[in-house]
Amino acid sequence: MKEIYLDNNATTRCYPQVVEAMLPYFSERYGNASSMHTFGGQNRRAIEAARAQVAALLHAAYPDEIIFTSCATESNDSVLFSAAEAFPEKKHLITSAVEHPAVLEPCRVLESRGWRVDFIRVDKNGQLDLKELKNVIDDNTSLVSIMWANNETGTVFPVQEVAKIAHAHGALFHTDAVQAVGKIPVDVQKIGADFLSISAHKFHGPKGIGALYARRGARFVPYLVGGHQEKRRRAGTENVPYIVGIGKAAQLAQKRLTDGSMQKVAALRDKLEQGIVSRIPDVKINGDIHNRVPNTTNISFGYIEGESILMYLNDFNICASSGSACTSGSLEPSHVLRAMLVPFEFAHGSVRFSLSDENTEADIDLVLKELPPIVERLRKISPFSRQNA
Amino acid sequence: MWDYTDKVMDHFKNPRNVGAIPNADGTGQVGSLVCGDALRLTIKVNKETEVIEDAKFETFGCASAIASSSMLTEMAKGKTLDEAAQITNQDIADQLGSLPAEKMHCSVMGMEALEAAIKSYRQGGKPVVFEQQEEKIVCRCFNVSEEAIIKAIRLNHLTTLEDVTHFTKAGGACGRCKGNIQQILDKVNGAKETAAPTQKPFNELTIVEKIKAVEKVLEDEIRPKLNRDGGSAELVDLAGSTVKIRLIGMCSGCMNAQATLKNFIEKTLQENLDKSITVEQA
Repeated sequence: MKEIYLDNNATTRCYPQVVEAMLPYFSERYGNASSMHTFGGQNRRAIEAARAQVAALLHAAYPDEIIFTSCATESNDSVLFSAAEAFPEKKHLITSAVEHPAVLEPCRVLESRGWRVDFIRVDKNGQLDLKELKNVIDDNTSLVSIMWANNETGTVFPVQEVAKIAHAHGALFHTDAVQAVGKIPVDVQKIGADFLSISAHKFHGPKGIGALYARRGARFVPYLVGGHQEKRRRAGTENVPYIVGIGKAAQLAQKRLTDGSMQKVAALRDKLEQGIVSRIPDVKINGDIHNRVPNTTNISFGYIEGESILMYLNDFNICASSGSACTSGSLEPSHVLRAMLVPFEFAHGSVRFSLSDENTEADIDLVLKELPPIVERLRKISPFSRQNA
Repeated sequence: MWDYTDKVMDHFKNPRNVGAIPNADGTGQVGSLVCGDALRLTIKVNKETEVIEDAKFETFGCASAIASSSMLTEMAKGKTLDEAAQITNQDIADQLGSLPAEKMHCSVMGMEALEAAIKSYRQGGKPVVFEQQEEKIVCRCFNVSEEAIIKAIRLNHLTTLEDVTHFTKAGGACGRCKGNIQQILDKVNGAKETAAPTQKPFNELTIVEKIKAVEKVLEDEIRPKLNRDGGSAELVDLAGSTVKIRLIGMCSGCMNAQATLKNFIEKTLQENLDKSITVEQA
């Protein structure tokens, strides 16, 4: 049975064209790009071509503003710890309450080391409270780090305005754009980003490779030190096959943004969402539906629990995720839904469907056919209902 | 993905005894929407023999919560109330093959619902909500009492904080009660009580001894608790019995800084070292 893969915010399929581009760099062209012989040195060209491809996707002014990393977590950690080291006198950071743990956790580490961190709240639609941002920012703020799009709800934040506010107070602006890249146009110059993190496996590239955009002139202290690679901004022998992979994935992603692929994805997402809303009572869409990436919908099914829904969907090889407490092994539902003050009877029953351009009408039809009886069945077992919550 | 046994999957996919018995002889409820799992158990009891003739459940929760509830009803049926009262969470988990450690609280929920249903029968059938005694609540996020924690530790031979959270949920959210849970663990498992107070009066110690004594209490008793809220404290100066402390991290600038200094740090130093100690903010 083929998988109905609706979990593309977790990871995506590495496209065959990407794998094909990578393959020669494992066993044939395995040289070290820093070597003084042509055999290794020629791989430098492959790396620089990939850098140009990623720079093009992000609309960076110069290719050397792209630093290859092992993943977006590394990119995020690098920027946050760099800010702490580069501006020791400015011990204040600002982020949001709904960031990915890859930003929240390094912020908490810095907090425990004496930094002041403000976590900007969101409203009930998951949209950022810019007023609060303006209130808490001051001239001691070294960095503002706000994600471009939220991984759970798909809500897109007003990063351009955030950047303006940050710069007006002399702070640098970083955005974790992992869930935006490849889904919506990302232009670092237009929005005024100083740093931006991406990860290849979220846009049909391989896992284990990411990149950090670091604007020329933005103060940056390397996280990994050692060799001279990446202009001494990220030491370690270049991971040539994966760098070639992220480059190819970036090139394909750019194409999808202009050839109508994402409109097709949005239409399927809307069909799924409207289909669920019209077939199942007591559901709630989580997120800012007017400012959302085209592939994501987060839906809460009242009075039942998310893991149970996923386990039943799994029988049909339908892959999705949930913000329920039980799926993570933690005991609380998703911090994003809680920050949005989603009522508990809905927060525990949330399911995120995240599509890609590989999904078809048939995939969505299958979900719309199988999901309503699953919800009905679980609601029969549940002691709660609209009358009794 | 969870590694559920076939038995768990079977009871999740084909739950036995779903529903509510009309005019039940006993109704037990546990959990809530907030907690993320809840169970309502109804039983029919033969008044002569006190045998549970029927048991039905309604559950809001994950696969293991539904499976545990289903298994519980199967186990309770046919037993007398006294026999059923002996069913432990471990018995439920054993019957299911096993449960992932993080999911053991699902089986505990089953045990508690049964306890409440039996109580309900004994009290004339009015539904009973399984309640922890208010004055002894340890974890306020999940409403877990000291009694429930002690029971879980004894029944399941728990040794770590993490174990207690897996079995009872206590400490799984804000984490403020972790210190108290550790104390309960130490008490139940007979661990040594915290560092013995110094023998000599504080005032008679040399300055180096004083610094070492204060540092030890800071390190063992005070910082671990402050760290949990993202803060810490450092010793800045010492004169006579006056100890100057600086709060750092989240504690500096905290609205409760003064209370932390006096009610917590000063009190802890007094308890561990000498009643004459006063703490001042540096």
